[in-house]
This record gives sequence, C-alpha cells and structure tokens, in this order.
Amino acid sequence: MAVDATLATLSNQLVYSAMAVYTGAMAAFAVDLSGRGARVEGEGKVLVGPDGEPVRDVASVTPSASADEPRSRPRTKIGGIAVALTWLAFALHLGGVVARGASVHRAPWGNMYEFSVSGAVVVTAVYLAVLSRRDVRYLGTFVVGPVLLTLGLAVTVLYTRAAQLVPALQSFWLVIHVSVAFIASALFTLAFSTTVLQLVQERRELARAAGNPPARGRFMDNLPGSVELERSSYRLHAIAFPLWTFTVMAGAIWAEHAWGRYWNWDPKEVWSFVIWVVYAGYLHARATRGWDGRRSAYLALAGYGCILFNFLVVNIFFVGLHSYAK
Amino acid sequence: MTDTMLPETAQPEPVRLPPLGPAGWARWAWRQLTSMRVALLLLMLLAVAAVPGSVFPQRRIDPTKVDGYLAEHTTSGPWLDRLGAFDVYSSPWFSAIYLLLFVSLVGCVVPRAKQHWKSARSAPPRTPRRLERLPAHASATVDGSPEEMLEKARTALRRRRFRLAEHDGGTSLAAEKGYTAETGNLAFHLALLGLLVSIAAGTLVGYSGQVTVVEGQPFSNVAVMYNTLSAGSRVDTGDLPPFTLTLDSLKVDFDDGSGGGQLGAPRMFTGAVTVADAGGPPSTRTLRVNQPVDVGGTRLFLVGNGYAPVLTVRDGEGNVAFSGAVPFLPRDAQYTSLGVVKVPDAQPRQIALRGLFLPTSVVDPVKGPISIFPGLTDPRLFLTAYVSAPGVDGLGLDSGVPQSVYEFDDKDLTQLTDDSGEPLRILLAPGTTFDLPDGAGSVTFDGIKRYAALDIRYDPAKGWVLGFAVLALAGLTASLFVRRRRLWARVSTDGEGRTVVEVAGLSRGDDTALEPLVREVLAEIVPGPQQHDPKHQHDPQHQDDEE
Ligand code: HEM
Repeated sequence: MAVDATLATLSNQLVYSAMAVYTGAMAAFAVDLSGRGARVEGEGKVLVGPDGEPVRDVASVTPSASADEPRSRPRTKIGGIAVALTWLAFALHLGGVVARGASVHRAPWGNMYEFSVSGAVVVTAVYLAVLSRRDVRYLGTFVVGPVLLTLGLAVTVLYTRAAQLVPALQSFWLVIHVSVAFIASALFTLAFSTTVLQLVQERRELARAAGNPPARGRFMDNLPGSVELERSSYRLHAIAFPLWTFTVMAGAIWAEHAWGRYWNWDPKEVWSFVIWVVYAGYLHARATRGWDGRRSAYLALAGYGCILFNFLVVNIFFVGLHSYAK
Repeated sequence: MTDTMLPETAQPEPVRLPPLGPAGWARWAWRQLTSMRVALLLLMLLAVAAVPGSVFPQRRIDPTKVDGYLAEHTTSGPWLDRLGAFDVYSSPWFSAIYLLLFVSLVGCVVPRAKQHWKSARSAPPRTPRRLERLPAHASATVDGSPEEMLEKARTALRRRRFRLAEHDGGTSLAAEKGYTAETGNLAFHLALLGLLVSIAAGTLVGYSGQVTVVEGQPFSNVAVMYNTLSAGSRVDTGDLPPFTLTLDSLKVDFDDGSGGGQLGAPRMFTGAVTVADAGGPPSTRTLRVNQPVDVGGTRLFLVGNGYAPVLTVRDGEGNVAFSGAVPFLPRDAQYTSLGVVKVPDAQPRQIALRGLFLPTSVVDPVKGPISIFPGLTDPRLFLTAYVSAPGVDGLGLDSGVPQSVYEFDDKDLTQLTDDSGEPLRILLAPGTTFDLPDGAGSVTFDGIKRYAALDIRYDPAKGWVLGFAVLALAGLTASLFVRRRRLWARVSTDGEGRTVVEVAGLSRGDDTALEPLVREVLAEIVPGPQQHDPKHQHDPQHQDDEE
C-alpha cells in the first residue's frame, strides 16, 4: 500500500507544534515548582481545619489534628496553566502519532523515530492519567523535560521517512509487544524521576538534620518528603515491572512466531533480560533489611540506565536480529 | 518491613560464627545461600554476567563472526575464548550463577511454602488488647446492643471476603484476607524454576536445522537434506519424523519506492508449499514470515530467500554434465548474489564456475556490475570459469573433505582466459548460451528460480515454557497487588451504657487504602458520623484517594 505523503507531513507538523507547547508547559511547571506562582483563591470544597490548614475530609477534622501533618500544596495559577498546556501538547502529539500511523496504514512504531515519538506520547498519557487522580504537578518538569528531550532527539537524529515495514515486523504480536513496552517504559520513566527526587530530598533532609540546611534548591521544599517519594516510586515500579515482564514474554512469543526460537540471546533480548533482572533486584532489595530506602533506589536508577542503554546504544550500535529497528 | 505481627520469613539472619565442625559449616553456608541478601547478590551478578553476550559475537548465533573476531584479535581473542566470552550463556560461570540462584530459590521458597500452608489454615490471630495502637483505627459510640453490632461487623467483614474468628468470649472479631499475595509470590518463584526446567528439557528432546529449498524441488525431513542440523542428546537424527515439503512458488514483494526513501526494502514474502505427511494425503499451505507451517509439531519458518539461476553445462564431449538450479547467496539488500557451480562429471576436464547474479543489473563505472533493485527487472549473470587438467579431480570432491556449496578451492584448477590473456568474463542474459574457449564446453543460462531458506524446529517443551511464564506473571501480579490485611472489631460498653464499636487494621507493607477501609467498615456497622483517630493521617496526597 502506498504511503500517504500529506498525512506524513501533517504528522511532522503536529510533532513540531507539540514540542513548542511542551516547552511552554515545562517553563510553567518550573515556575510553579519554584513557588513563585500566584495562589488560587476560594477553591471550591476546601475546608479549613482548626489549625488553619485546608482539609478536604470532614471526618478527619478533630480537635487534636496534629502538627506533623504535611502541608498540602497550594494550587497556583501557573500550575493550572502548566497542566492545560500539557494537555494541549499531548493532543497535538497524539495527533502526530495517529497521522503517522494513518499515513503508513500500520501501527506507528516500526523504526527508532516512530518508537521515540510514540513512546513519548505514552509517557505524557500516563503522567496525565496519574495527575487526574493525585496532585503530582511537582513531577511535571521532570516528565515534560524528558519527553521534550526525546522528541528533540527523534526529529533531529532519529528521523526516518514514513514507509511500510519489512516482513518480520508485520505481526500482531509486535503491536502488543511494543505498546506494552511503551507503557512499562513510561512508568519506569516516571518512577525514575521520582527516585531522583527522593534521593535529592533525602540528602536535604539529612543535611537539615545535621544542622546545615541546604542553601540552594529551595523549590524542593515544596515537594513531598523522601519517605513519601520513595513510596510513590515503589508503587510506580510495582506497576511497571509486571508490564515489563509481559513485554519480554510477548517479545518471546513474537520471536517464536517469526524465527521459531523464543529466546536467542540477541543483544536486544540480552538487555531486556538485564533490565528485568535489575528491577527484580530492586524489588528484592526493598524487601531486604539493610537494603531498603537509598540502596534499593540506586538499583532502580541502574535499571533505568539499562533501559536508556537498551534503547539508545543497543538499537544503534549492536547488530542482531532486531537491527532493522534502526 | 515495619510489620512484626505477620510472619516474616525472609529476613536475613545476623551473621553469627557457626559452631565448629563440617555440619555446622554446611548449615551456616546453606543459611547464607538461602538468605535474601545472597539472592540479591546473585541476581545482580546474573545481570552483569549476561552483558558480555551482547558485546562479543556469540558462537551459537553467528559462528563466522566469532571466527572473524578471533582472526582480528590474535592476542586477546584466544584469552576471551578461554574465558567463554563467545559462549557466554553456556559458560561455566554464567551457569554457576543461575544454578546457585535457583538452589537459593528452592532453599528459600520451600520453607516459606510450608509455613504459608500452615498459616493459611490456622484461624486469624487474637485481637490485640489495645486496638488504638494499630496503624489504622476508628471508633464510634452508639445506642444499639453489643451483640447486634458484632453481628453487623461480621456481615460487613464477610461481605468483603475476610476469614473470620471470634475471640474474647464473643466480644471481638479477628479477620484476615490476602493470602493470595504470598501464594502468588511462591507461585512466581516456583514458576521461574519450572521455566528453567522446561527450557532445559526442550533442548534435550528438540532439534533444529536449516535448509534451502528451490522452487519445485522437494525436501524430505532426513538428516542428509539439512545444511545444518543440531539435535538434543535425546534425539535420534537417523529417525526424524518423516514428511516431504515442496515449495511450489515463492512470491516476493519489494517496495517500489512510491513511499519515499526505502526503494527495494522487502515488504512481503509468501511461499505456497505442498506438504506430505507420513500418513495423510498432500496438502497445500501458505508459508510467510511470522506464519510458519506446522507439520505434526515440527514447524518450518521462512527466514530468508534468494535467487537460484538455472544453468545447463555441457562438457568438452558435448554431453550435458550439469543441469539445475543453483542457490546464490544475496550479499546486499539489492540481492547482488554470489554462488558457484561445480561440474565434477564434465569430461574430459572438470568445470567450475564462479558467479555474480544481479536481478536488476547496472554497470557502475567505479564499482563495476551491481544490482540496483532486488526484483527481477533486468537480470544478468556474470561468470568466471575454471577447468581441471584432463582426467584429474581438480575440484577435490572425491577427497572426502566436506566442502561448502557456495565455494570451491581453485588451487588445482586453471582459470580460462580470453584471447588477450585476461581472465575470461562471461556475461549471460536469461536464455543465452556461452561457448567456453579451448573446447571446454558451454554454459546456458536457462532461467531463474527463487529459493527459500527455512529454519526447521521441533521443541515439544515450549508449551510448558509458555505455561510457566504465564503462571509466573499471574503470581507476580497477585504478589504485588493483593494486600494482606488483618482487621479487628471489638464491642464494649462505656460508662453511660452505650456501645463502643472499635475497628482497627494492620497491613503488610505500605497500605494507604487501609485507613479508608477501616472507616468504611465502621461506617457500615455504625451509620452516621463517627470518631476517627487522627494520629494515623498520612498526608494530603492520599486523602485525595479516599473519596
Ligand atoms: C530467579 C531468581 C529470582 C527472581 C527473578 C526473583 C524475583 C522476585 C521479584 C520480582 C519479587 C517481587 C515480588 C514481590 O515483591 O512480591 C520477589 C519477591 C521475593 N523474593 Fe524473589 N526472586 C528470585 C529468587 C529469590 C530467592 C533465591 C529468594 C530467597 C532467598 C527469594 C525471596 C523472595 C521473597 C521473600 C520475596 C518477597 C518480598 C516481599 O515480601 O515483598 N527470591 N522476587
């Protein structure tokens, strides 16, 4: 089937527009994080507890509401703008992905350029989904930033013109395999950002406890504490890990259909396995006394390092059965 | 882990000096091996040990690349080879790591499974005296009778499928739920073990090999027909399941460039094959990439294709000494292909031809003849020719040394030359004939067939592999997402004769939904506003979830 050139061009324009809007969103998130934004007055259902803190739940209003309750983050106008811009960028970005797919009449993840652009849209989607359930605006900069970086890399270094696929990639399992890989990677990306923040926060807390409060990075004070960040990071990892397990399994099933071997230790498979084992190590570590907290966080960072390596280095420099993914 | 009330079996033992004696040491070593810490260490080692296999070429994937590497790195190469760098996944060190890991796993999981079996069948434990000390707690004072309230608590908890036990002479209830988490965790670890065993079993009872089949030529599933064949130690290669397969036609579609830069990229390969099983009548099937043909459990995969020029060679005596299709190996994406023709039966002199086949031929002023498109737009065959001395086996086919079908050794052959003494270059279009000089014979390029490269595989254990993988995934999911919780409800009477209902909960690990659950249960027992113990408030982020 022929490639629809108009749609392919439209896709490129949408991706560029999305990048422009993401840039605005990232700037807005950064301002929000720095705590300079103006507060929103008169938020609908917010009640005020006896200690003057806003409270959302009547049942928790009691005379002894304790002082160690963490502050709830105020909503700022700029934060709202950041979220709105992210939604707009997401819509453009998604449009770009759909147009690309429509132009070649297949799932738009047949080469590195398409992998990156489609993968990035999933990162944004997952972030927006989480955002609709809890207030994770503090993560915005650390999510939109990497998305923007990925898109930048995609349109400059990895760009490939729209075209059909080689036969080995024309499989139902490819669609399953790659889409779940995207979601897992997106969650690992969010988890990675959270883990980095956790480690930074922990250093600040330790410094403060030692009597020398950190001079720089005041915005970090607006974020949750390291224990809370650690918990969020674990939760994200705990969702991402089974999805990654599924990704590896679906890949093996696809390989079995295409080449008759479900596992061949080709470089891409090796690294998918390494990623799996490192994150299994992270989950183990978290349950091992003496390894929870900071040490297991380092393993999580190592796992993300392997993901990046798998995507950027293995795809481009290692030759194997997967090398047509270039 | 903060929870001390639930059995925690996987905690590392503090390192104590073992009692003297070999039995003591053995026990100590076993305890170390089966500790969480060592399991973690082995996992990390496994990850690191897998990496070299992606850096160095691996013999079981691409042996020629390994040879190339060894030829290039004459000092480091042999050392790397000795260390197993080219056979990482069968090397002693890699095997040692995963075998130790699985020994550790068995040593860890079996005792846990036993304990789990026991605790899953015992009643939920006694109600703690001071419920308000638990991580989640809520209470309310109402007018109803204690018995009525306890009955309501029973209903509320049973509806949530908790296991129940009554304590304190009928004034408190203990409830427990979420054993599936531990069951899932054990199932996950045991499934990994099952996975390893079935993979190993598959390599013992399975076989795999490669064949090249030209359009129209039948293939029978016997060892001598294979280009390469590797079989597990439990397979008799003299007794492979009998069947024949004929490639009736192979259709190949290439990108015509209408979509942009990828002119000539392959789009679809479709083979029509006729399969005759031992018993049944022949049947016609379709063979594609990603769509293998299954013959009684043996599967045939289309992994490559190429051109096989059909040639007729007459010898110096005018007899047909060779006639047939010769598979040529594609060397690039445009199917510039290389191959040889050996004619040992030519009389009086043997003939050998080296050829370059171009499906869409162009003579480039710099690179010489090349193909610019993989389809058959303007096919040409370029040949150079060699002959032996009369009556001599210059090809060495009788020497007993196995030879590649894609190469021959020309040291005992003479290359034919043209009038000016230059090596003779033969250019053939389909349907043309070239007479060799010196009366050596003639070569006719009759036409072109396609061939398919097939991988043939038989792995009866792969269903088990898939089954254990699915079990592992299910177990993992249960392990990570099912919450193991205990709830208690107690009724008592306060000074004014009213009934106090208390509900409290305990969870393994972080559980932000425990607090809401406790309140929900209390609200179901005692409708209306109630007292809630505020010291367990976590943070505003999670309150967002609570509505
Ligand atoms: C083949 C190697 C292994 C792999 C890939 C592996 C993987 C995992 C994973 C992914 C988890 C997380 C699931 C969860 O938190 O429930 C886990 C949990 C666990 N593993 Fe393993 N494991 C392996 C070997 C072992 C060994 C040798 C032991 C015993 C020493 C062990 C003991 C445990 C325990 C006790 C948990 C539960 C931790 C918790 O309570 O959260 N595992 N394992």
